[in-house]
Amino acid sequence: MSSSAPLLDIQNLQTHFGTIDGVVRAVEGVSFSINAGETVAVVGESGCGKSVTAMSILRLIATPPGKIAGKILFKGTNLLELSEPEMQAIRGNDISMIFQEPMTSLNPVLTVGRQIGETVMLHEGLSAKDAEQRAIEMLTLVGIPAPARRVREYPHQLSGGMRQRVMIAMALACSPQLLVADEPTTALDVTIQAQILELMRDLKTRVGAAIMLITHDLGVVAEMAQRVVVMYAGRKVEEGSVEEIFLNPLHPYTRGLMGSMPKLGSSLHETGRSKLTEIQGQVPSLRKPIIGCAFAGRCPNVTDVCRQMAPAIEEKAPKHLVACHYAPRAAAAA
Amino acid sequence: MSNSQTPSSGRPLLEVKGLKKHFPIHGGILGGKTGNVYAVDGVSFSINRGETLSLVGESGCGKSTVGKAVLRLYPITDGEVLLDGRRVDNLPAGELRPLRKRMQVVFQDPFSSLNPRQKLRDIIAEPIVNFGMASGSELDDRVGDLLDKVRLPREAMYRYPHEFSGGQRQRIAIARALAPGSDLIICDEAVSALDVSVKAQIVNLLSDLQDELGLALLFISHDLAIVEHLTHRVAVMYLGKIVELADRKTLFSTPHHPYTRALLSAVPVPDPTVKRQRIILRGDVPSPINPPSGCRFHTRCPFVFDRCKVDEPQLRDVGMGRMSACHLDVVPDTVPEANRQAAVAA
Repeated sequence: MSSSAPLLDIQNLQTHFGTIDGVVRAVEGVSFSINAGETVAVVGESGCGKSVTAMSILRLIATPPGKIAGKILFKGTNLLELSEPEMQAIRGNDISMIFQEPMTSLNPVLTVGRQIGETVMLHEGLSAKDAEQRAIEMLTLVGIPAPARRVREYPHQLSGGMRQRVMIAMALACSPQLLVADEPTTALDVTIQAQILELMRDLKTRVGAAIMLITHDLGVVAEMAQRVVVMYAGRKVEEGSVEEIFLNPLHPYTRGLMGSMPKLGSSLHETGRSKLTEIQGQVPSLRKPIIGCAFAGRCPNVTDVCRQMAPAIEEKAPKHLVACHYAPRAAAAA
Repeated sequence: MSNSQTPSSGRPLLEVKGLKKHFPIHGGILGGKTGNVYAVDGVSFSINRGETLSLVGESGCGKSTVGKAVLRLYPITDGEVLLDGRRVDNLPAGELRPLRKRMQVVFQDPFSSLNPRQKLRDIIAEPIVNFGMASGSELDDRVGDLLDKVRLPREAMYRYPHEFSGGQRQRIAIARALAPGSDLIICDEAVSALDVSVKAQIVNLLSDLQDELGLALLFISHDLAIVEHLTHRVAVMYLGKIVELADRKTLFSTPHHPYTRALLSAVPVPDPTVKRQRIILRGDVPSPINPPSGCRFHTRCPFVFDRCKVDEPQLRDVGMGRMSACHLDVVPDTVPEANRQAAVAA
């Protein structure tokens, strides 16, 4: 990895929400960085804070009730200290986002051309005519057939896969340096998912944007990411290269996640039906402060130490960080 | 569960023959019928006692419609549904009650399929009370036993659904489905809305219950990795038809139909060291309102040739225990160059 400063550097991010039932600690002290041109996957189950982290980066959290603390450095500038107009100049221009729901995140009463064009008109001051031209170029880039016709169409005239392509076209219109993709293929069928993932990989090499990929699908992670951040209950529990995380997971939660994920090809290895590893119990409530390790309640190797003291995140192998009291330390270079 | 102990007579528990379900489309000034959605268009399969058959395919392929048609949640357009050799698709509404006792369903969304105003006891007891199978303290015992079976604490009986997480609610839905002593449970995307770790719990529970009670399962899902884990046989659907039907190991190791192959190759594998050859299908699934002529898959098939466009292939034995609806006896491993261009252009 290059020695220069990372593109995005998140330091001790805390995003809390004040509710009538108390404070919900959605993100509790998360730090990680993304280098230029790199794909980092953030994985975890519902409610682990992965989407809130993404929304915090783009400052899409309404404050109040939300409260964001910590530092989010984008090319050295702390995004949390910027004024709203300054932030707007960054959104969609330097950092853009793809949302999960292509059905609900497009405006149904505007043509897709207008929606793609809006970004370039705003950030690059193009005329409406030039913006439409750019929209056609972008639709061509994302592989939509007959773009000159499609640009005048409305979202309901497109299929789910095409709508997701439009979302990507919109996100890439200003050539962002960072693309935040929140479950970009979760709502799509597998054959369409394969098309979109292929498109994202292809565009990444052409456009060169860094991608923060938020997903719960470990298969997607293995195909797309170079580095992985595993989140649990608002905390980062493990971070490492994709090979390290998949081949040598050290945190019990990551191991459980890998074991509970059914893998295609399972029938080739055994004759009968096999059992999946279960992670017992449920995710803890984020309304109460968690004392000790957040995973203690579900961990198979839990001890009293875990219940009383939160583990610090430590480098157990080169560039492989784990927050567990008992994760083995790698002997020299493994 | 007295029903499940009936000795098997060699006849499948459920047989579906040439099932069709078309939904009329109304339009125009007078609201007349202007067309049909050919949601399910001639589907045949059978399920034995204690067996899991999975219906897989992408959105809109008609897999859920098959499930609902089998359950008689709506009348079918054509075909036959037989339970223990007896036709049930033409039963009048008044004679459906015994059928309901034997076939139950678990839906995808455990948040909308449980009544928020009922306590668990009432939710799970409802089928038992409906069929007059128990009352009073015996009823409480039955509900308690069912909660044991789905591994929820008995005290949960006196609580409401909102107090439970998604995975626990799906256990409640399973307990309700087991309550009347069902032989067949239709799981319509029953684990799709759950998180990975919880999904594993429910999948394991379903397999255990099947072994314990001899249940037959019709498992409707788009998740091939889950299906491979828990099924005995698999039927792959595309645009209202079954394109391939085979046992688990055969289908996942040596799939025949080009669509099955593309579908399997599209599933991302959670192993960064594996680099697979992927068949990327171009374009989208055509509309079931106006399905393509000939083979319905010909518009996206990498191996398409002239006959596919006019002559519809029927499901036939293609060897190794596979039934496949493809004109090719042997599907090549690599896509012919001429078709590769055509597929990209389409």
